[in-house]
Amino acid sequence: MTLVCVGAALAAPWIAPQDPFNSAALDLNQAFRPPAWLEGGTARYFLGSDDQGRDVLSAILHGARISLGVGLAAVCFALVLGVSLGLAAGYCGGWFDALVMRIADVQLSFPAILIALLIDGVARISLPAGAQDAIAVPVLIVAIGLSAWVQYARTVRGSTLVEKEKEYVQAARVIGRRPLAIMLVHVLPNVMGPVLVLGTIQIATAIITEATLSFLGVGLPPTRPSLGTLIRVGNDFLFSGEWWITVFPGVALVSVVLSVNLLGDWLRDALNPKLR
Amino acid sequence: MRFHDGSPFTADDVVFSFGRIRQPQGTMQIYVAGVSEVKKIDDYTVDFVLSGPNPILLRNIIDFRIMSKSWAEKNRSQNIQDYKAREETYASRNANGTGPYVLKGWEPDKQIVFTVNKSWWGKHDGNVSDFTYTPIKSDATRVSALLSGDVDMVTDLPTQDVERLRRNDELKIIDGPEVRTIFIGLDQHNDELLFSGVKGKNPFKDVRVRQALNMAVDREAIKRVTMRGLSIPAGLMVPPGVHGHSKELDQPWPYDLNGAKKRLAEAGYPNGFGFTLDCPNNRYVNDEKICQALVGMWARAGLSVKLNAMPFATFIPKILKHDTSAYMLGWGVSTFDALYTLQSLVRTQTTGADGSFNCGRVSDPKLDATIDAIKITTDLKKRDALLREALVATRDNAYYVPLHHQLRPWAMKKNVSTVHRADDRPEARFTRVD
Repeated sequence: MTLVCVGAALAAPWIAPQDPFNSAALDLNQAFRPPAWLEGGTARYFLGSDDQGRDVLSAILHGARISLGVGLAAVCFALVLGVSLGLAAGYCGGWFDALVMRIADVQLSFPAILIALLIDGVARISLPAGAQDAIAVPVLIVAIGLSAWVQYARTVRGSTLVEKEKEYVQAARVIGRRPLAIMLVHVLPNVMGPVLVLGTIQIATAIITEATLSFLGVGLPPTRPSLGTLIRVGNDFLFSGEWWITVFPGVALVSVVLSVNLLGDWLRDALNPKLR
Repeated sequence: MRFHDGSPFTADDVVFSFGRIRQPQGTMQIYVAGVSEVKKIDDYTVDFVLSGPNPILLRNIIDFRIMSKSWAEKNRSQNIQDYKAREETYASRNANGTGPYVLKGWEPDKQIVFTVNKSWWGKHDGNVSDFTYTPIKSDATRVSALLSGDVDMVTDLPTQDVERLRRNDELKIIDGPEVRTIFIGLDQHNDELLFSGVKGKNPFKDVRVRQALNMAVDREAIKRVTMRGLSIPAGLMVPPGVHGHSKELDQPWPYDLNGAKKRLAEAGYPNGFGFTLDCPNNRYVNDEKICQALVGMWARAGLSVKLNAMPFATFIPKILKHDTSAYMLGWGVSTFDALYTLQSLVRTQTTGADGSFNCGRVSDPKLDATIDAIKITTDLKKRDALLREALVATRDNAYYVPLHHQLRPWAMKKNVSTVHRADDRPEARFTRVD
């Protein structure tokens, strides 16, 4: 199921019936077409068309691509940041450990979405208005990433504390390897298992965070719609009977998140000998 | 007659307000256009001295609002805020009038609270003692607020929900036109078009390009799909109900994609060109959606248009500074006379009311002369002929791309009754809740 979702999203430019970003291809006279199996629908717009005559299916494929991309990038960003800080904190200990963990504690007391909203808002105000559309994606990735690094940091720090007392680390120290090398070469591979599992599950959370931000109108602009943006735009037409504009992107979002979550669950079971 | 703060309303206030509205940074000089001086005769009498005969004086001064001199001085608001510099004064967020309702509080973007002025000089027709104006951004939330009974009346109806609300037994809809024309303005002043792919020239100076832009717009599709029938496709820059408008003149440019392409090729742009369209996203009915549709329509004529949508508060200073190549604006006519539109939008810009919202700096000396003649012609027949001439010249030279005149139904609970106003300003004093 994950493969289908990811595959469809990756192949969007080739399999989508229409390029939703090419405004010349949009025809206002074809707007608000219902899905193909309802009266008035055509096979050309299989899941119907939106208020600008955009094919909903194509928009979903492209939107899922953006959603998955942002989710993956945000998780990678959070992972790198969280793992480095957690590893350093756990290995070095002392004041650095205390500082990083206190920051983590403070951030954990706020919901992640609030942190992401805050960072997103500050970034938007401090950057020039004209560039906002162009930088929307990186800003979103950084905002979601910064809101999620804490969990990696805590996981890695915990494992590092255990690992650094083990004999192989002691041995490495005795033969005089530098701390950075010990951290990266010896400790890191042994703490990555739980992190990878966490990362997979977090992709789903990151996708939902992105969708929430876009739904609130502070994420991606309608010109580069992610699934969340599509749901927001379609939401205006829910009352007037054009339900397909918002329902299908919603179903797509649920499928993507569910499949990524199932993958994470499976990965956890597979990598954890105790659960086998 | 007294102001809400208790100070008396005197001739000094009128003289003060006249001086204030004429300050060069203001945008409301149009309402006192043609008045050269206001003289105080005694405490309760003023003389308006005109620079020439003015056949529409009483219609024109309708939005010349009087401010209390003592209040303005006390709150250091003697000068109008400069919108272009994004300036604010005490008067930007506070008010002191003589009207039937007193402003009790304003939390921007949240609510404006009014309470009845018991010592008002006029007679109340309605029975509303307090009312709250709540801006709700999201279409779906706004309609839900009405359906759930949180609000009694909604004036900004999402076009797609009107039909369904009509079928609701607990609500009623009152229909009516709004005297407002939605149009696209084009920079016709700069020698090189800003924010565009064209170097060294400005295609919008060429009448064929402007005509092509008009011809590539399918106004009927916008009406049917985006506006759900709630618009009148426009050819003139003034809406029905305004003196000077006639059905016969208000013929939109016919939708003709091949004709548009041909004219672009004749003008030297066979492959089109790119420019940026500035568009408000919270001001007019479906503003951003219309702009999106225009981007698609112009794309089919070969023009690659970049849409730059933003909130109205950011948009207005930008276009007033001429920092734009094309923009969407709506123009209401509070005086119900076409001169108001012609003078503000078409007349060459000077410091006063002339061209005060001519953001693309249209400049046509012949048309200027006609508009200046309209200002002082008292023979109504002659004046009507001049109005017609100016409106037709504006249309045929395609100085603007008029899109449509807005229709604005209001929805309210069954027990609310009010008077639909074409200027889209609901008035509590004409409203009853039974």
